[in-house]
Amino acid sequence: MSLNTFMQHLSNGLALGSLYALIAIGYTMVYGILRLINFAHGDIFMISTYIIFYSVTLFLMPWWVAFVVAILLTGAFGILVERLAYRSLRNSPKISVMISAIGASYLIQNLAIVIFGGRPKAFPIPEFFNKVVYVNTISIPVANFFIPGITMAALVILLYIVNKTKTGMAMRAVSRDYEAARLMGINVDTIISITFFMGSILAALGGMMWGIKYPNLIPLMGLMPGLKAFIAAVIGGIGNIKGAVVGGFLLGMSEIMLIAFLPSMTGYRDAFAFVILIVILLIKPSGLLGENLAEKV
Amino acid sequence: MIKINDLNVYYGGIHAIKGISLEVPKGKIISLIGANGAGKSTTLRAIMTLERPKSGTIIYKDKDITFEKTQNLVKNGLVLVPEGRRVFTNLTVEENLILGSYARKYSEEVQKDMEWVYELFPRLLERKKQKAGTMSGGEQQMLAVGRALMSKPEVLLMDEPSLGLAPLIVKDIFEIIKKINKLGVTIMLIEQNAKVALEIADYGYVMEVGKIVLEGKGKELLENENVKKAYLGA
Repeated sequence: MSLNTFMQHLSNGLALGSLYALIAIGYTMVYGILRLINFAHGDIFMISTYIIFYSVTLFLMPWWVAFVVAILLTGAFGILVERLAYRSLRNSPKISVMISAIGASYLIQNLAIVIFGGRPKAFPIPEFFNKVVYVNTISIPVANFFIPGITMAALVILLYIVNKTKTGMAMRAVSRDYEAARLMGINVDTIISITFFMGSILAALGGMMWGIKYPNLIPLMGLMPGLKAFIAAVIGGIGNIKGAVVGGFLLGMSEIMLIAFLPSMTGYRDAFAFVILIVILLIKPSGLLGENLAEKV
Repeated sequence: MIKINDLNVYYGGIHAIKGISLEVPKGKIISLIGANGAGKSTTLRAIMTLERPKSGTIIYKDKDITFEKTQNLVKNGLVLVPEGRRVFTNLTVEENLILGSYARKYSEEVQKDMEWVYELFPRLLERKKQKAGTMSGGEQQMLAVGRALMSKPEVLLMDEPSLGLAPLIVKDIFEIIKKINKLGVTIMLIEQNAKVALEIADYGYVMEVGKIVLEGKGKELLENENVKKAYLGA
């Protein structure tokens, strides 16, 4: 393989890794605060792409307006899912909430099939992102630069919110101890809503960039990226935001490299993600950056 | 400040509090003593509306708060230092204190209170940037009290502040409780360590299996033969 093609694969790997990372953060944040795998997260991601599709094709919004609308509406949709599917089960056994999460996921998928139709739709890619940059003989789509850039910017903002603001402190407090958080005057339900809002916003960012890269929209498109991002979150150590990003990049990069170096294995790319997961969990069960839970009492 | 009327609480099918009534007057220290499982913690939890009573009322500042939201009580100056300290072990000492002031708007006053807490507990200042989970039990208790003070309490409820602490540290903590009370904070204390609790109390209640069986001034209860026999090991 020439250096040129390798660079091309590298940029594709970075882009795919960023997308996994963005979605994985949503899984990890919700897990951190609710100890729940939000199975509907991949579907929230799917919804965001359809919001953009309809904003542009039906309501004729310019693409950047559609993106902003999608971010806000997807955030609101995340809050709605939490309200309807999880909040009333706050004091129920974990297994009930998990089943509710799976149910929410299927409900959203099937509603999407009914409302949007099962036939694929073409994501309206803004002209701007369709350009290709030529460096020597390598051609790299502009999107491949933007996707990691936007992901990194989102990560920096998110880490700032979580680590430096009072709301972020409250989020970390709630993730450790609901009741003690209540005793500080924290409205736990509000903090949980904010967490879903932020996670869903990141899913929407991922959705819009996914659409630019893979412009084929179907109601079940959230399934595989959702599952991969979940694996990424577990690889990185679930509950850890940086871990989700590391896991996302690792997974995206290795998937692309598998295809690059072993083209005959392309059909196994999804299985490959699970192999990585199994290997890493065998070596480090808490994930790469997983928290060490041992603490002094 | 607080008035409890004929309160009944069920805790997982068990009748944990059987119609108790008590009063916490402004500016005083009230101790509620009793053995493990007598219902002391449940009483405090009910005041903070962490438990839903079956019947009865809890009045705070002349308002019925029986079904009020916990966060609104905290905003209103009713603050609990929970049993087992429950500091946020994944946060630094400083962050724990900041969260104590969560319900307040950030102001110079909050900053001053923070300095005051560091003055009360110099240990916390030394460990400001350290994760709370890495501290000893006594230090965590200091943090739990400091964090509660950051909420600007008018009434401070304390659940077993001496639990699991070395006698010297217990003495320190109770000195601080007295200090806080002198500054005008009303205190309701529950303790298994009856002696220290009654020594600083203006008024005390003795609880047994969900009922208040005895009450009186702190000094009187210390002299009471039954209390001596059951709780003071004399």
